[in-house]
Amino acid sequence: MSQNVLINLDGVAKTFQTADGAQRTVLEDVNFKLAEGEIVALLGKSGSGKSTLLRIMAGLIPADRGKAVYRGSEIFEPVTGIAMVFQSFALFPWLTVQQNVELGLEAQGIAPEEREKRADAMLELIGLSGFGGALPRELSGGMRQRVGIARALVTGPDVLLMDEAFSALDVLTGETLRDDILELWDSGRIPTRGILVVSHNIEEAVMMADRIIIMSSNPGRIRSEIRVNLPRPRTVESYDVRRLIDEVYGLMTMRPATAAAPAANLGYRLPETDISLMEGVLESLADAPFNGRADLPKLSEETELPDEKLFPAFEALGLLGLAHVEKGDLTLTPLGRRYVQAEQPERQELFGQQLIAHVPLAAQIRKRLEQETTGSLPEDPFLDLLEEHLKDDEAKRVLGVAVEWGRYGEVYEYDYHTGRLMLPADEEA
Amino acid sequence: MFGVFDTRRAGRTLLNISPNRWDWALLPLLLAVLVAIAFGATQMSRPFVIGQATTITLDPAYLPYYLLRTILRMFTALAFALLFSFAFAAIAAKYRTAEKIMIPSLDILQSVPILGFQAIAIAPFIALFPGNLLGVECAAIFAIFTSQAWNMAFSLYQSIRTVPPELNEASQVFRLSAWQRFWRLELPYAMPGLLWNMMMSMSGGWFFLVAAEAVSVAGQDIKLPGIGAYIAVAIEAENGTAIAWAIAAMLAGILLYDQLFFRPLLAWADKFRFEESQGDTAQGSWLLDWGRRSRLIRMMSERFWATMQRALSWQVKKEKVAPASGTFLAHPGWKHVQNGILIAAFLIAVYQLVVFVHDDVGWEEVLHVGMLGGITLARVMLLIGLASLIWVPIAVWIGLRPQYAQRVQAVAQFLAAFPVNLMFPLVVYLLVTFRLTPNIWLSPLMVFGTQWYILFNVVAGASAIPNELRLAADNLGLNGWLKWKRIYLPAIFPSYITGAITASGGSWNASIVAEYVTWGNTTLMADGLGSYIKQMTDAGDFHRIALGIGVMCIFVMLLNRFFWRRLYLLAENRS
Repeated sequence: MSQNVLINLDGVAKTFQTADGAQRTVLEDVNFKLAEGEIVALLGKSGSGKSTLLRIMAGLIPADRGKAVYRGSEIFEPVTGIAMVFQSFALFPWLTVQQNVELGLEAQGIAPEEREKRADAMLELIGLSGFGGALPRELSGGMRQRVGIARALVTGPDVLLMDEAFSALDVLTGETLRDDILELWDSGRIPTRGILVVSHNIEEAVMMADRIIIMSSNPGRIRSEIRVNLPRPRTVESYDVRRLIDEVYGLMTMRPATAAAPAANLGYRLPETDISLMEGVLESLADAPFNGRADLPKLSEETELPDEKLFPAFEALGLLGLAHVEKGDLTLTPLGRRYVQAEQPERQELFGQQLIAHVPLAAQIRKRLEQETTGSLPEDPFLDLLEEHLKDDEAKRVLGVAVEWGRYGEVYEYDYHTGRLMLPADEEA
Repeated sequence: MFGVFDTRRAGRTLLNISPNRWDWALLPLLLAVLVAIAFGATQMSRPFVIGQATTITLDPAYLPYYLLRTILRMFTALAFALLFSFAFAAIAAKYRTAEKIMIPSLDILQSVPILGFQAIAIAPFIALFPGNLLGVECAAIFAIFTSQAWNMAFSLYQSIRTVPPELNEASQVFRLSAWQRFWRLELPYAMPGLLWNMMMSMSGGWFFLVAAEAVSVAGQDIKLPGIGAYIAVAIEAENGTAIAWAIAAMLAGILLYDQLFFRPLLAWADKFRFEESQGDTAQGSWLLDWGRRSRLIRMMSERFWATMQRALSWQVKKEKVAPASGTFLAHPGWKHVQNGILIAAFLIAVYQLVVFVHDDVGWEEVLHVGMLGGITLARVMLLIGLASLIWVPIAVWIGLRPQYAQRVQAVAQFLAAFPVNLMFPLVVYLLVTFRLTPNIWLSPLMVFGTQWYILFNVVAGASAIPNELRLAADNLGLNGWLKWKRIYLPAIFPSYITGAITASGGSWNASIVAEYVTWGNTTLMADGLGSYIKQMTDAGDFHRIALGIGVMCIFVMLLNRFFWRRLYLLAENRS
C-alpha cells in the first residue's frame, strides 16, 4: 500500500499569529493520504483551513507541526510533480495562451522546440487549439480556466491540486469543464495519478470524487470521510447521487459537539452574509412548496443560490433563532414565522432583539455604549478584543458584520469616517 | 513579456525575405537615428583640461547638434536610472533588512536638490577621466540621473511588492527561478507604472538641465555643449532671441523622443495593463504600426526576442533536497544585532552632525537657515494653494470633456518639462519695469513648472468619474456648488493629492532656481532657502551648501510625513 501513496500528511498543524501576538490555530492534527488513482474532494466552510491545507501540500507554505510527504520525500517547497489550478485562474495577462502553457516547462529549462510541441499537444487535448496566440483577456472565463488547467497538466504532473477551480465560473461552464477533466482522467489520457479538489460545492464534490473529506472549522480538522463508490460518469438526477448529496448536506450542517452553545463566546466568527439574502431565504422557506421546512438541496435549487452563499445565511438564521438546521433540513421557528409576517419596522426590531440575545459581541457593544455618558465609543477596543481570538483581518470582518447587523436592528450606529460606534440618535440621553 | 511580435509564424532567415514598402520608409529613419547616436557619442570623449573654456555659440545653426547631445545625455541617464531601479527594487523587495534602510534612504535622496548631488559628484568624476571631457560629461549625466532615478525605483519597488498573490503563487508552483520571475512576472506587472514614471523623469531631467550642463566647480564654469548650456549662455548674454530658439529646439526634442520612443513603447506596453478596467485609453503609435508592418524590422525583432527568451533559461531552479537554511537570519538574536547596528550608526551620525555644525558653520547660521526654510515653506504652501484654486476647476472642466482631456495632458507634460530659466527674461523685464518686490513676485516661478502636475492629475481624476455618477447627479437635479461639493471635489480628491504632493516636492527643488534670478548683469533675489543654496554654490562654500541642502531635506521630509502623507491616507480611505 505504502508505495502507491502519493501525498501523506501526518499530524499537520498550522497556526497563524494574530496582531497582538496571540496564536490562532487554523489546522490541527490533520492526517490524510492521497493514494494513486483516486480523486479526493476536500469540503468545508470558509475558515476551515482547506485552502491552507492545499497550500501546504503544494509547498507554498510550511506546516508548523507534522509532516507533509510526497512520494517519500518531505515537501518544503513546490515540487515538480505537483501542479495546481487556481480559483482565479492566475494567468499571466501579458503572456499569450501558448506562453502561459509553456511557463512551467520553461522554468524546467526544457528546449523551445520541445516546449512548443508539448504545449501544442496539450492545447489540443483541452480544446484550445487555435487559441495559442491569444491573450488571456480575449478569452471568456471558461476558456481561461481551460488555459489554467492546460498549464498545470502540460508538465505531466503526478498530482493535480484544484483550488475551487470552478467556483469563479457560471454553473453550466463549470459543469462542462468538470466533465471534461473527468473524461480525461477516466480515459487515462493524462499522466496524472491523483487529483485533490478543494471545494465548497457539495454537488461538485459528489460528482467528481472517489472520497469526500469534510473539514470542521476552528480549528480545521478532518471531521468525516465518505467513500463514493459510484461509477463515473455520474448523473445528478440519479437516486444514488441525490441521496449522497443529501447525506453530505447533513454532515456539513451538523454542529460539532463542542460548539453546543453556538455564539457563546465573543470571538465567534459571525458568518459573512447579506441581510436581504437571509430574509429572502426565510421568505422562500415560509412559502410553498416548503411551508416552513425545507430539504437543503431542494432549497438550494429553488433559490438558485450556490452553497457558499447559502451556508452562511443558514448559520446566521440559526444564530438569531429564526430558523434551525437539523439533519440536512432547514426548519422555520415560530419566531421566524412571526418575522416573515411582520412589517419592516417590526422586522428590524425583532432582528435587534435577537441580536442582543444571541450574539455576545453585539450585546457587549450595546452594553458598553449604554455605560458611556456620550453614548459613543471608538471601534478600536472592540477590534482589540476580537483580535485576541482572531487574525486581524478576520477580526475586522467580524466587527464589520456586527456593525451591519447592529445598524439593521437599530441597536447601535457607526460612523465610517471617525470609526466610532454610537447609540442610535433617537435614543440618546 | 517577450512577444511583441509573434515569434513563431514567419520564416527563419533574413536573406530570403524581400523588403516591403514599410521597410523602405523605416530604414532611413533607423539609420539616421543610429548615425546621430554614434556621432554624438564620439563627441562626448574629447580631450579637456580644467580651466579650458568650452565655447557655446548662440548661433541657432548649432542647436540641432546641442539638442542631440542633450538628448543623448538624458537617455544615457535614463538607462542608468533604469538599471539602478532594477537593482534597487529587486533587492529592496527581496530582503527585509535591506528594505528597512533602502526605502527611507530613497525618501531622503528624493528630497535632495540636484545641486547637492552635483556638488558632491563633480570632483570624483573629473578625477576619474583626467584630461578628458568624459569626466564632466559623466558628472552632468549623473546630475540628470539624480533627477530621474528615485521615482522610477520607487514605482518599480511598489509594483513588485503588490504583485497579485495568485500570480505569485502560480510562479512558485511552476517553480520559476528568481531571474525568470523578474522578467516574466515582476517587470511586466510593473511596466505601465514604470513607463509612466520614466516619462515623468524625462520631464524632470529637462527642468534641471541648465544646472546639469552648466557645471560650476571650484569657481570654474564648465559648459557642456547642449541645450542647457545654450540657455545659460543666452541668459548671460541677455539674448532674448536665443531663448526663443532654445524653446523651439526643446519643443522639437520633446516631440521627437515622444514620437520615436515613448509612444511606441506605451502602445507596446498596453498589454501589460493588469486590469481591463483602466479605461479605453488604448495608445496608438504610427511608428509601432510601421514596425509591425515592416518585414525586415519584424525579422530583426523576432531574432531579438528569441535570444532574450533563451536568456530566460539561464537560471533554472534546482530541486532542493533539504529545507532552506535560513535559520541564522530568522534567529531572534539576529534582529537585536541589526537594531543595535542601526542605533549605533544613528548615534554616530548625530554626533558627527553636532560636531559639524559646531565647528564649521555655527549655531546662528543654522537658525538663520532654518528661518529661510520657513520663508520658502510659506511660499511653497501658499503657491500650491493658489495654483490649486486656479487649476482644479479648470482641470475638472477639461476632465469632463474627453475630447480635450488627451490633448491637454500632452501640453501639460510639455509645460512640466519647461525649464524655469527660460522665463527669466520675461520675469526680469516685468520686475524691473514695474519695480516689484522680488520677495513676492519671484514666488510664482516656483510653481511655474510644477503646477502642471496638479493639472494633469486632476484631469485624469475627473475623466475617471463614472458616467453613471454624473447622470445620477443630473437626475437628482444637483447643480452649481452642491454638485461640486458632493460629486466633483470628492471624486478628484485622491488624484488631486497625488498631484499636489508631486508639485510640492518639485517646488522645493525649483526654489533654488526661482528665488535667485539672473539676466545678464541684473540679479533679482528673494529671501529663502533656495536662494541661500544658490548663493553658496556660486561662492563655492561647501559647508554652507551642505547645511542648506540638509535643512531643505528636513523640511521636505517633515512636510511629507506630517502633512501630505496624512492627506494621502485620508484620500485613500475615502476612495
